Amino acid sequence: MTSNWLLPALLVVPLMAAGILLVAGRRAERWATWFGVGVQSVGLLLTLGALAEFKRGSAGSMQLVVEAEWIPELLVDFRLGVDGISLPLVALTSLLGWCAAVYTVRRVPEPGRARAFVGLLLLLQVGMLGTFMALDLILFFLFFEVVLAPMWFLIAFWGSGERRRAANTFILYTVLGSVVMLVGFLLVIVKTGSADMVELAGGLGEQMSGGAQLAAALLILGGLAVKTPMWPFHTWLPDAHTSAPTVGSVLLAGVLLKMGTYGMVRIVVPTLPDAMVRIAPYLAAFAVIGILYGAMASYGQQDLKRVIAFSSVGHMGFVLLGISTLSVVGINAALFGNIAHGVITGLLFFVVGGIKERTGTTAFASLPRGLYASAPRLGFLLGFAAVASLGLPGLAGFWGEFLALVGAYHPAVPEHLYYRAMLVLAAVGMVLAAAYFLRVLRRVGQGPGSEKTMDDVAADEWLSWTPLIALTVVLGLVPVLVFEVTDPAVRMVVESVAGALP
Amino acid sequence: MTIQSIDLMALAPTLVVALGALVALIAELVTRRGQVAVGVGLVTVAVAVPFAVAASGEQTLCSGVDSACSYVVTPLSVALQVIVLVSTAVVLLMASADIADRRVPGGEFVFLMLCSVSGAVLIPATNDLVTLIVALEVVSLPTFALVALRQGESRAAEAALKAFIFSIASVAVSLYGIALLYGTTGAVSFDQLAAAAQASDPTPLATAGLVMLLAVVAFKIAAIPFHGWAPDTYQGATVPVAAYLSVVSKAAGFSALLLITGTFAAWSEMWAPVVAVLAGVTMLGGNLVALRQRLAVRLLAWSSIAQAGYIVVPLAAVAGSVAWGPDVANAVVGYLVAYAAMNLGAFAVVAVVARRTGIVEWGDYRGLARRSPGLAVALAFFLASLAGLPPGLIGLLVKVRVLVVPVESGVWWLAAVMAVATVIGLAYYLAWAAQLFRQPDVDERPVTAEQATGSWTAVVSVAACLALTVAFSVAPSLALGLVDRF
Repeated sequence: MTSNWLLPALLVVPLMAAGILLVAGRRAERWATWFGVGVQSVGLLLTLGALAEFKRGSAGSMQLVVEAEWIPELLVDFRLGVDGISLPLVALTSLLGWCAAVYTVRRVPEPGRARAFVGLLLLLQVGMLGTFMALDLILFFLFFEVVLAPMWFLIAFWGSGERRRAANTFILYTVLGSVVMLVGFLLVIVKTGSADMVELAGGLGEQMSGGAQLAAALLILGGLAVKTPMWPFHTWLPDAHTSAPTVGSVLLAGVLLKMGTYGMVRIVVPTLPDAMVRIAPYLAAFAVIGILYGAMASYGQQDLKRVIAFSSVGHMGFVLLGISTLSVVGINAALFGNIAHGVITGLLFFVVGGIKERTGTTAFASLPRGLYASAPRLGFLLGFAAVASLGLPGLAGFWGEFLALVGAYHPAVPEHLYYRAMLVLAAVGMVLAAAYFLRVLRRVGQGPGSEKTMDDVAADEWLSWTPLIALTVVLGLVPVLVFEVTDPAVRMVVESVAGALP
Repeated sequence: MTIQSIDLMALAPTLVVALGALVALIAELVTRRGQVAVGVGLVTVAVAVPFAVAASGEQTLCSGVDSACSYVVTPLSVALQVIVLVSTAVVLLMASADIADRRVPGGEFVFLMLCSVSGAVLIPATNDLVTLIVALEVVSLPTFALVALRQGESRAAEAALKAFIFSIASVAVSLYGIALLYGTTGAVSFDQLAAAAQASDPTPLATAGLVMLLAVVAFKIAAIPFHGWAPDTYQGATVPVAAYLSVVSKAAGFSALLLITGTFAAWSEMWAPVVAVLAGVTMLGGNLVALRQRLAVRLLAWSSIAQAGYIVVPLAAVAGSVAWGPDVANAVVGYLVAYAAMNLGAFAVVAVVARRTGIVEWGDYRGLARRSPGLAVALAFFLASLAGLPPGLIGLLVKVRVLVVPVESGVWWLAAVMAVATVIGLAYYLAWAAQLFRQPDVDERPVTAEQATGSWTAVVSVAACLALTVAFSVAPSLALGLVDRF
């Protein structure tokens, strides 16, 4: 094992880079954005290295593991690793981080201060990557918290509209959620005497009594549900998205939301299977309400960013539905849905950010009509991302949602009839999603626009968006690229639940 | 009657500090330079620390009759003594700027502070109620004079009087409590009291006595409802004295609380709920009132009230399967270590900023990052630590550490209250931290040369706290495992 340095390096490089920007002083303002691209490129290369080193044959077990004793008083070890569940998310995070860095080179949002902006993006990267690589409950929690302060600053200082209020809502909601989650973690640690996620998933967690499992699962799920966000804990999301600067929205939707559903698959399902089997039907109900609510609320929004924000609630509903089936298909669908949503919604927020930059607004009332005519390429990308988002077959958005429905048809949980009812409702939600995006396209894209009055997609925008466009197509056509990695790991997770099923 | 043999080595930390106090006073009289007294104070602390560490495991002041000792040094007490001594050094550095330009008389200041510290060093190793209450008074009495020792500030005298009256009242209540305990158990030695507690359930009279005894502790740590003096006194005093009251003087209170609860461990069913209610009210109340403060020092005063609530959570949660023991005590000490570093750091920055610019409201810290980036980053880090938000990792980890105890013992309401209090606290720490990085106002206050000089020692105190807080964040075992090191 000579490649164990890869995962720590993924954290250390952006952390050191942020430190360099901190001490570099005001001179750094000129080169900060390029420096950010350089660091994120190194991160991307490290991720490619990890992808190359990762043995797909044994994707079900933790690889590239590093361990070091850290805080024996709290039973916390510094333990990192990736398996088929986390690797795609690590790759997604590195990619979106790189896209954001490239986008930032020419487009540092008002009021400038590139050095601080890039530094915060790098810190955010540390927290996001760390969350997906941590193999210790407390370490997971710490990384989970690391993203908060940078994101708060990004929204509060570089945002627009009621940014301060939105940033405060974001951080207070999510901190309350993560404290609840922490209490759940501590309950697991106290009852089992271990904070090792692999050990806990491997059967140690099951030894907890039924009541303790249920309490811990409810606490942890409650905390993660705020982050996901699951209806009815989503109320912080639309404001945060509306106010955040473009790259903030991209990373918020593309990566931060995934931390919630990732935590469910990584921790709750395998560690607390008995409780999960009892909770799953309720989770399914919340998921379906989220899907329907997200679709209907999106339709009523008067702001482009808010439409996408509510559509995220719906998409995350599909991910939750997939998890709630506790079946191989369903959880695979959930993981795929995570990646697809990250890529597509990331692209959507980039494009909408581009529109905002050109028109100064995202409110329908003041947006000029006729984007197809005034900026055809930008209009095309909006349409492309929108149809990908509503789940057009052949693009990435399709598989996650379609297979979540398949999972609901054959749930591992015994309530088949109930799940089929959920399936029907979710399918209705899928159709409604089509309605709101078509409304967006009609409202923004069509109409009498004058020829080429708006600057079309610039070279640097193409550069930062192309990977996302390409992935949307590639993952839509060859979904097995993700499934071949996730499937062995998901089977391990489902196996640990199997014993708890009646 | 045999004559007590006194082991001077065991008592050395206290004696060194008391001696240092006298030397500081004389040194200033002879040299007429306040800075010399500060130097003597720093040397005294530097000498006392190794003595404290070396005394681990010793005991003295033993009675020939029943071999009960009044002074017993345990690893726990060494850890507490080291916290007190190191914090004192930081406070002295903070204060040296005020002493240099003669706003505060150096000799008297250092003398009074070291007198108080000698009591704080004594407390953790005391082993009977009488010595404990005397030591607590040794801590308190000089602090009133320290508060009043601010020339040209009428509020200082009022602040001192307020603290004095609260103190007298709480000590009177505690003495009454001690009398009741002595009346019911016939003992003042901790060993005998512990044995008595083991042997029988608490009588109503003993219950009343113990609860009354806790009053003096609640005063010292400024727990609600015994907090009334703290905000006004902190505001009236100079910033270094406020820092002293919020860390060293509080550490003395926590030491006493650990000793009392440890002695009456067998009666935890009786005192734990009392401490729990105090903790809950203190966390919530402190944070809620802090939300509305405009003065930086008052905000820190209320914040330190709230932090005291967190610190006693492990003791408050002693119940069921969790008994008073090293685990609980270590959690308290771990939080106390981290609190000392991050809270002193915040006060140190406030002291420097107040000296350089005259700014006292936190709202006016706007744009500090532009004027003095180092101070701003340091303060932001201390505030993040106090809030328990990364990058202030140690602040978060000690919160996790104390939260383990109520989760383990199943005192869920306390865990819930702590969660809510933490979220409330986040709001004002963040608001202040954000202020530092906003663009400065147009009408920036000019910094006069006279104000800007002579504060390098205060900057050293900021740097020391920052170094400690960062070190704790990287290697949390330094704080969480401090007791195990002695």
